[in-house]
Amino acid sequence: MDAEIVEALRAGDEAAFAALVAQYGASMLRVAQMYVRTRAVAEEVVQEAWLGVLRGIDSFEGRSSLKTWIFRILTNTAKTRGEREGRSIPFSALEGAGDEPAVEPERFQAEGRWTGHWAAPPSPWRDVPESRLLGAETRQVVARAIADLPPAQATVITMRDVEGFSSEEVCNALDVSETNQRVLLHRARSKVRRALEDYLGDDG
Amino acid sequence: MKLARDLTCIEIVELVTEYLEGGLSATERERFEEHLGFCDWCVTYLEQMRQTLAAVGTLGVDDLSPAMQDMLLDAFRGWRAR
Repeated sequence: MDAEIVEALRAGDEAAFAALVAQYGASMLRVAQMYVRTRAVAEEVVQEAWLGVLRGIDSFEGRSSLKTWIFRILTNTAKTRGEREGRSIPFSALEGAGDEPAVEPERFQAEGRWTGHWAAPPSPWRDVPESRLLGAETRQVVARAIADLPPAQATVITMRDVEGFSSEEVCNALDVSETNQRVLLHRARSKVRRALEDYLGDDG
Repeated sequence: MKLARDLTCIEIVELVTEYLEGGLSATERERFEEHLGFCDWCVTYLEQMRQTLAAVGTLGVDDLSPAMQDMLLDAFRGWRAR
């Protein structure tokens, strides 16, 4: 699959290039925006990265997947540009794990035999019809919850759970460790669940 | 046989992602599932997390703006003509 696309690019096949741009372009722009200040600069980074892809395509050996290779070029380009702008990479600084609990601590018993067990347990959403859970209004709640996340968390949950990158692909693309990737994903998913609970809980 | 004390709910909610990612060791996974065996609330929590993932998965991915796509195609043509 990769080999065919690579051959087509080398042969100057515009349709193959357009298809690749359609597949990865928006994700690349999202990732680029993590590293630089403005969308305009992020677009320049994406363009520069694609030029890097084209310049390097003749020497691409397929030791990684094409996707991984493209995103490595993108993040290297974005990082260089971000550093020039004096921006630090937001993925490296993770606060202690206790800083952002998945669920408000008040919802658990603080003392007694059942310390650490639910005091205010979640109510099942199984009475919520699937049409509502997967409907347009819920989608807006989810989109807003993701938009409110710190950028690193928003990027990781978007790449993993919206765009379907594997954890390995995200680690490679963003140059984060497996542990950091999982912490970011955990915080992001936990917050989105809370937003959904607030929303769906209204009529439980 | 108990290898350690039982996990509490507040610990379970912090392990959910590692559990779903397959990141727990066999022993940890056993303790996690042992907790689920007696705690319906944490079963609910895990189910909600799976429902959350289903809802997140319905979000569409934006396309690049047409102007950006044109710019990239121009860049491609320029490269091809090199």
